[in-house]
This record gives sequence, C-alpha cells and structure tokens, in this order.
Amino acid sequence: MEWQIPEGLKFTRRHEWIREEGDNTVRVGVTDYAQDKLGSIVFVELPEIGRKLRAGQSMAVIESVKAVADTYSPVDGTVVEVNEALPDQPELLNQDPYGEGWMVRLQTAEGCEKVELLDPGAYAGWIRQQEEEGEQ
Amino acid sequence: MSGRHYLPLTDRERGEMLAAIGANSVEDLFSDVPAAVRLQREMSLPPPLAEGEVLQHLKKLAAKNRHSGDCVSFLGGGVYDHFIPSVVKHITGRSEFYTSYTPYQAEISQGVLQAIFEYQTMICELTGMEVSNASLYDGATALAEGAIMACGATCRSRVLVSRTVNPWYRQVLRTYMDSRGLVLEELPMAEGQTDFGRLEAALGDDVAALILQRPNFFGLVEDMAGVADLLHARGALLIMGVDPLSLPLLQAPVEYGADIVAGEGQSLGSPQSFGGPLLGFFAAGQKLIRRMPGRIVGETVDKEGNRGFVLTLQAREQHIRRERATSNICSNQALNALAAAVYLACLGPGGLTEVATLCLQKAAYARERIASLPGYEVPFPGVYFREFPVRIPGTAAELNRELLKNNVLGGLDLAPHYPELGNAVLLSVTEKRTREEIDLLVRLLEGYR
Amino acid sequence: MRKTQKLLFESGRPGRRGVSLPALDVSARPLEELLPQAFRRQLPLGLPELSEPEVVRHYTALSTRNHGVDSGFYPLGSCTMKYNPKVNEEAAALPGFALVHPCQEDETVQGILELLYEAEQYLKEITGMDRITFQPVAGAHGELTGLMMIQAYHRWHGQNRDKVLVPDSAHGTNPATAAMAGFEVIQVPSDQRGLVDLAALKEALGPDTAALMLTNPNTLGLFEEDILEIAAAVHAAGGLLYYDGANLNAVMGYARPGDMGFDVVHLNLHKTFATPHGGGGPGSGTVGVKEKLAPFLPLPLVERGEAGFYLDHDRPQSIGRVHSFHGNFGVVVKAYTYLRMMGADGLKQASADAVLNANYLMHRLKPIFHLPYDRVCKHEFVLSAREQKKMGAGAGDIAKALLDFGFHPPTVYFPLVVTEALMVEPTETESRETLDSFAEAMAEIARLVREDPERVKEAPHTTVVGRLDEARAVRQLRVRWSKEEA
Repeated sequence: MEWQIPEGLKFTRRHEWIREEGDNTVRVGVTDYAQDKLGSIVFVELPEIGRKLRAGQSMAVIESVKAVADTYSPVDGTVVEVNEALPDQPELLNQDPYGEGWMVRLQTAEGCEKVELLDPGAYAGWIRQQEEEGEQ
Repeated sequence: MSGRHYLPLTDRERGEMLAAIGANSVEDLFSDVPAAVRLQREMSLPPPLAEGEVLQHLKKLAAKNRHSGDCVSFLGGGVYDHFIPSVVKHITGRSEFYTSYTPYQAEISQGVLQAIFEYQTMICELTGMEVSNASLYDGATALAEGAIMACGATCRSRVLVSRTVNPWYRQVLRTYMDSRGLVLEELPMAEGQTDFGRLEAALGDDVAALILQRPNFFGLVEDMAGVADLLHARGALLIMGVDPLSLPLLQAPVEYGADIVAGEGQSLGSPQSFGGPLLGFFAAGQKLIRRMPGRIVGETVDKEGNRGFVLTLQAREQHIRRERATSNICSNQALNALAAAVYLACLGPGGLTEVATLCLQKAAYARERIASLPGYEVPFPGVYFREFPVRIPGTAAELNRELLKNNVLGGLDLAPHYPELGNAVLLSVTEKRTREEIDLLVRLLEGYR
Repeated sequence: MRKTQKLLFESGRPGRRGVSLPALDVSARPLEELLPQAFRRQLPLGLPELSEPEVVRHYTALSTRNHGVDSGFYPLGSCTMKYNPKVNEEAAALPGFALVHPCQEDETVQGILELLYEAEQYLKEITGMDRITFQPVAGAHGELTGLMMIQAYHRWHGQNRDKVLVPDSAHGTNPATAAMAGFEVIQVPSDQRGLVDLAALKEALGPDTAALMLTNPNTLGLFEEDILEIAAAVHAAGGLLYYDGANLNAVMGYARPGDMGFDVVHLNLHKTFATPHGGGGPGSGTVGVKEKLAPFLPLPLVERGEAGFYLDHDRPQSIGRVHSFHGNFGVVVKAYTYLRMMGADGLKQASADAVLNANYLMHRLKPIFHLPYDRVCKHEFVLSAREQKKMGAGAGDIAKALLDFGFHPPTVYFPLVVTEALMVEPTETESRETLDSFAEAMAEIARLVREDPERVKEAPHTTVVGRLDEARAVRQLRVRWSKEEA
C-alpha cells in the first residue's frame, strides 16, 4: 500500500496534517492514510467558528460507514474558517484529503503550544510502524 | 435421550473430529478451564422431558391461568386485548423472519430490512413525524430513551413528566434518569389531566423536555393547544407518548408540535403475553436523527442500480461508537415491529379508523352506562378514547374476584398509583368487546354494590 | 437473479382492505359529541390499501429474501445462532400464556408465576447465582440493569465509585452501557494470549472502580484462565464483577459464573437457550445476582407463599422498574421449554458439542487463514484475513463472497483487537457435513482471493441484490418512503 505524504506539510501521530499559511493561520486536515483506513466517509462534524482549541483537544468528528474517529487540533488556536463543503460532500475527504478535503483553519499565536509534529519522512516511518503492529 | 434431537453429532463423529484435531477427549478441549472453577458435579435440574411430555407439562401450567380467551377482559393500561388478524401470526411465523438476527448482511436480509423500512414509513405516517427507528423494547423504555435524547440535544439535565403518564412508565423513567444523574420531576394533575397552569412555573433553563401521554393513563385526551409553543419558547422539547390506535382519529403529534414521539405498539398485532414481548416505537424530527437510539434502515442501491435496504447511520451505535453511542441498544423488538407492519398493512387507513371508532363508541357506551349506576362514578369529565376510570364501592381486588366468578377480567386497580382517588379501577373497552359483554359487566357491577 | 420487490406503498388500490371487522353493536353517537373537532386529525393517513391475499404475497416474497437459521448455516460469532426448536413456539402461543394480561390478579396467573419461579431455580443452578430477574428484554438491557444495581449497591454502602473497567476485546454494548448508566469507561488491554492483561488490570483498579465487565470465554473464544485472580483483584479493590453472558453456551455444566467470582450475570436467553432472534429481537436479557445484590433487583420478583405464588412489590432498596411489566415473558416460556427438554446432561452435551464444533472448524480453517491466537478455543474462534487483505480482499469481502455459497458469514471486524477479524461460532446444532462444506467454501474463497481478488470484491453475485452502497445510504439519507420522492 502506498499513501500520499506531500512535502511541505507537517503531520501528527494521530494522522492530521497541518500547513502554515503565513498569516499566523494554519490549515488542518486528515492524511491520506487516515482516510484510507476509515473507508467511505459519510459525515463530518466541524467546530464552530470562533471556538478556541488547545493543542491535542478534540476538534472534529469524522464518521465512515464502519468507524468513527476524532480529529484533534495540533496547535493552540481559534477556529477562523471551516470547510463548508464537507457537511454536504463528506466524500471530499476521501477524494482529496490534502486539498478540497481540508477541514479547519486556525488562527495561532507566535510560539504557541503544539503537539509533536513530524516531517514527511518521520511520518512515513510512523505509518510503517503502525502497519507492522497491525500485523499481530 | 431427550433434547438430543437438536444435536446432529453422533458419538462416532465426535470421536473422529477429536482425532482430527489431535485431542483425546472432549475434556482436552476444556483443559484451559482451571480446576478450581470447574463444576465438580452434575447440574441439578429436573430430568429431561420428551417433546410430547414437555408440551403436556406446559399446557398444564397454561391451564392454571385465566386469560382473554376464556374470560371477557376489560384490562388495559398499556396492554390491550385487540383483535389480531390471522395473517399476522402466519407471517411472523415464517422462520426466514423469526430465525434470523439483526440484518448486518444486507444482501441476504432484504426481507427484514424492507419490512422495517416499510414499518418506519408507517410510524412516520401515523405520527406525522419525519423519521422513525426500527423499534425499541417497549413504551416505557422508548420514553426513557426519548428523555435521555432530549437532555443530550438541549445540553440540559431536568425532565418534567406529567402525573397523568402511565405510572409504570414513570417508574422506568425514574430508574433510567436516576442512574445517569438526570433529574425527573412530576408535573401535577388536576381533574385527571395535566395541570398546564403549573407548567410555566415548572420550566427553567435546565428543563430539557416535558413528557405527556395522549390519551393519558386515564384514557383522557388532553388539550395540547399552546403547550409546544410554551416549551419551545423556553428551549425545551415536547415528548409525546401516544397510542398508535388512537391516531387515525386524534391529532397527529406533529399537528401540535411534538419533537419526539414514543409509545407502546403492542396494540398493533402483538398478543398480550403477560406484558412481553412488547413494541417500543420511536419517531422524531429529521434534525434529531443523529441522536436517535436504535437501528435505522435506509434505502440505497447496488452497483447495477437496483434498490435495496441497509442498516444506516450505524456510527451512532454501540458496536462502532462504544461509550459515546447514542444508546446501548443492540437487540430490539424487530419481530413485533414486523407484526405491527403486517397489522397496519391489513387494516389500511380505513380499517384502522374503523377500529379506533369502534373503541371510541363502545367505550363511550360502557362509560355512560356504568356512570349511571348508583355507587359508581367516573371521577373526571373530559374527552375519553378507549378507557376510563371508575370509582367503585369496595376494593378493586374484591370487585375483581366477584367479576371473575362470571369469567370477567375486571379493572386495573388505580389505588396504588393514585391513592387520592380512593377505591377506583381503570376499565378498557376495545373493538372486541360486544354489547352483550359490556351489558354483562354493567349487570355484575350493579349486582356487586 | 437480481430482483427487487415493490414496496407496500407502491402496491394496492384505494378502497382495498385486508381485514374484516364487526359492525358497531351499540347505538352510534355522532363523532363530534365524543371527540371535539379541534382534537381531530387533519393530516391524511398515508397507509397502503391492500387486500389480504396481496398482503400475504408481499410478505411471503419478502421472507424468501431473508436468511435465517432455518435457511442455512449462520456462524455469526458472539450471537449463538443455534437451531430454535419448533415446540417452543407452540408453547409460547398457548392461550394460557399468550392471552394473559400483565396486570391480572396473582391468583389468576398461578401457572405463569410457577413457570417463572421454576425457571429462576434452573437458571440459578446453571449460573451459580442466588436470584434472577426476567425484566430486562435484551442483553444490553440486562447489562444496564446490572450496572444500575452495582451503582445502587455502592451508593447504599456510601461509596462513590464512578469507573467501570472494560477489556478492549469487549462487546460494544459494554462501554455503551456503562456510559448510559453514568459511569466513566476505562479500557483494559489484552495481553499476548488474548486474555485480560492482569498487570494492566491491577494498575487500573482503584477506590473509584465500580466494576469490571467481563465475557468469559471472551470474544476471542478464549477462556480467561486467570479468572480467580482477576476476581480477587477486583474484589480487593472494592469493585464488583459483571459477567456478560453472551458466551455462556461454551461452559454450561462445566463452569459457572457464580463459582468464578462474578457478582452479576446477564443471560441472553435468545442465544444460549435457543429462543429465536426474531430478525433483531425480541430477546431476553435475564439477570442473575449474588445475595448481596438481591435487594437491588428490579420490581417485582416472583415469590412462593403459603397461598401460592405472588409478585413481591415490597422491595424498598430496588432500583425500580426497567420494563413496563415483567420483561419478555413469551421468550422466557420458550427458554423454559428448551431447558425442560435438555435437562442437565443435554445442556452439558450442547456445550461440549459447541466447543467441539468450533475447535474442529478452527482446525480445518487455520491452514487457510491466519489464526492470531492458536490455542484451544471454546464455542467460537477468531481468524484474521490480513493475508487476504494484502492481496486485495479483506474480511468484509470474504463475508460477501460467502453469501454466494449460501452461508451467512461470520461476524466481521470484531473484536477490534484482531485486524480483519472473522469471528466464527458454529454452535452445537450444526452437523459435521455443514462444517466441512463451510470449510471448503472458505478454502475456495481464499483461492479466489489469490487468483482474482477483484471478483471477490464484487461479491455477492447470486443474491437478490448486489453489494449495497452503504455510504450512499448515509450521504443521501432516505429512511422512509414518500410519495414525492417516488
């Protein structure tokens, strides 16, 4: 199995991706690996705009046909934008997890709290490790 | 040896199979059960009976009970002696239905799935609500699930319930809510109906919902005008317990603004069976569907575009969401839901309206005749459907003993639940009761005082 | 092969009816006198209009689109889909049971109370518990009742214990029930053996532990060998031990939850005691408790007095009611009938055969599918389709492929501790020929996965509908028929 892990993004061990947008905001979504493991995504519950989140706090809920997963905010921040297309087209998360399927944009502060972020190479290693453990 | 005819393995096969897996004896297969927990003796149970013997034994036990087949029954209070078309028994007796389980494998479960989809549609039609689930345990637990769902939807923790709601349902509500740390409060009654004058003061920012029953436990149809508006203005929901057989005549719950509708569906084709299996039905507005407890069947297609049905919105449920599920329910009352669907299919809108009208007319006849007897009184004025309370001379137990001498199963004793009424019973008159039977009851009551 | 069946709402004609009703034999009053116009329904009642033959044809057609135990093998793990004796149905339908109202005076239901009383004695003997309630109507309902009693017990003893421990291999109902009863759920991991990790359990236990919920044998079909040590640890911490009886079919006559140290037990009469599953229900989640929990049982209980049997409502410490009346009595009649036919030897033989069938089938299948816990199993075992998944078809695809062989598939993707899980429970009522042909079908499917995984992914090919699009069912939610959308 091959999963896309684009350069230029950071990743969490819980399979979120995060992209710095340059204006003290970050965009967050779930990885290709996460969407593949969840299967056909049928529902996404997004946070309200203006909600303050702490790093590691539950941010959104994703439902597939066979599973439910929480996604967690990788940083301290305030929700400034959510992907309004997702509630009607949750399948965007399957089709284009790093593009049209983004989830939340957060306003952050300089030097704010973050969960441990991995670069693409380290994230690829993490996925490999997860897969091997799943072998048992 | 009895019971063994359900076990196909012969001793020879057992030996061969043990040999195939490399075990010496069945005991080897239990080697992982520590000796300290092994039962070191044979269980002490009565000796096995052959099929014919067991049926004889059960017939003897059954013969020790009185029932609506050898008596004339005026009992109600949630379970009723309604006519069940023969078709219902024959369809629910088809073993493709009754020996299957929850339809996890949709492609070989289209029978149950489509029947439940049709059932859900019928419940929506009866109540006027947008969505229905595939059934809950009974009327009481359906209301309890509704109360919990309302607390979740409103993020509030207090629920009001009218004293005119079935007392056993209120007991179940209390059990469920106490355990979860939610507060249940009773709204008093006046003249056998919810005292709506007390509602405004009872409401608060922590009240999630009001639970009412219509017809209420006394058979009275309460006036719903303005109730939902008052609740909605304070951010609370209206939960209605309704009798499905009354709905062809009475306003549909959607017409007076109900948010959640639940109730007992036994009267739709299930036998009384000493109070179980029953059928809890549950309906709500579309916006609450993700909070609904229980299974829900939805329509979809296969790759070739053929219509089919599946369990849907399963991510709400315990097998996926575990401790965050909307409810813990797994097994439900699917066969009773099937019975209800077959019953409704047989009756149709015309037949159902006719049953409701027969109940209404016959109950009115009985009520008026009994109310005119000296010593008897219908304590509350108002609009009744199928049952009504009666004050009686003497206790219910004494009266019922007298009635039973004439093969009449009499009233349900109200005294334990409403001591303020004194000696009183609840009488129910279904479409099955004939004028002759009602007249017999009237004569017996007249003679008893 | 593919064939859709019209909905009831798409059939019939206005004016048809499938029932005959008696004429009104009392003088008819004008409807307005009995029911004010303001209370009358204005909304049209859109029920179908069909004659009796049409109704019967419709449902008979639907029944042919359904697989039950009577249709064929149904090795749905954790559900004990054993054969349902026909005489049970006849017994429950006797007028002296089926036509009895739940609020009749005790002296008119002596036969029913006797049956419940006797059934309680038998189930006490089978489980090693001290009292039984028949009020819960499903396994999950029994769990809720049990946890409510455990809560009441701790409260009575002035203790605030708000955590319930649940193994990671547990049925989903366990954590869902604990949450529903207001507890916090703590998950306990399994160890390399597939059993409760004893060290982790001891670590998780504390003064806030209300209970541990355990299935034994567990959902992997493995007996929790350390059960006495587990029980001692839980009790030492002041907690109670809850037995999920879903898997009791493995050990009847061999071991009893009461002797293992369990304080509360629920039984699924629709699993272990051969009552039918009804397409999803009704079942019975009968609960047994040790003496110390008996005061908290739901109201009422059946007692035997000098004048006969009676319902005892005078139980001040009771948690109250959990059902409108007395639970699914009709289901209890069927279980009682089964018990009386089986007797002690018959039940023990049933468990022995259930375990033998499972071990035999496991032995036949383990060369074909990965067996993560390769040791003697009880009444069920769990395979992993991880190798097949790598070839392109997983547990779900294999399940669909089995439909083309006329078998109901095993439980898939559960328990969660096994990847691509296939959970097989053959039960004792299956013949060796059936087990052999199932094993052959599984081998054939494994071969197909190797050679043509795409074909397996497109299964089933022979059912009345093809593989249904579950994602679409949620995304384009349609949970009722409507005229407008038709």
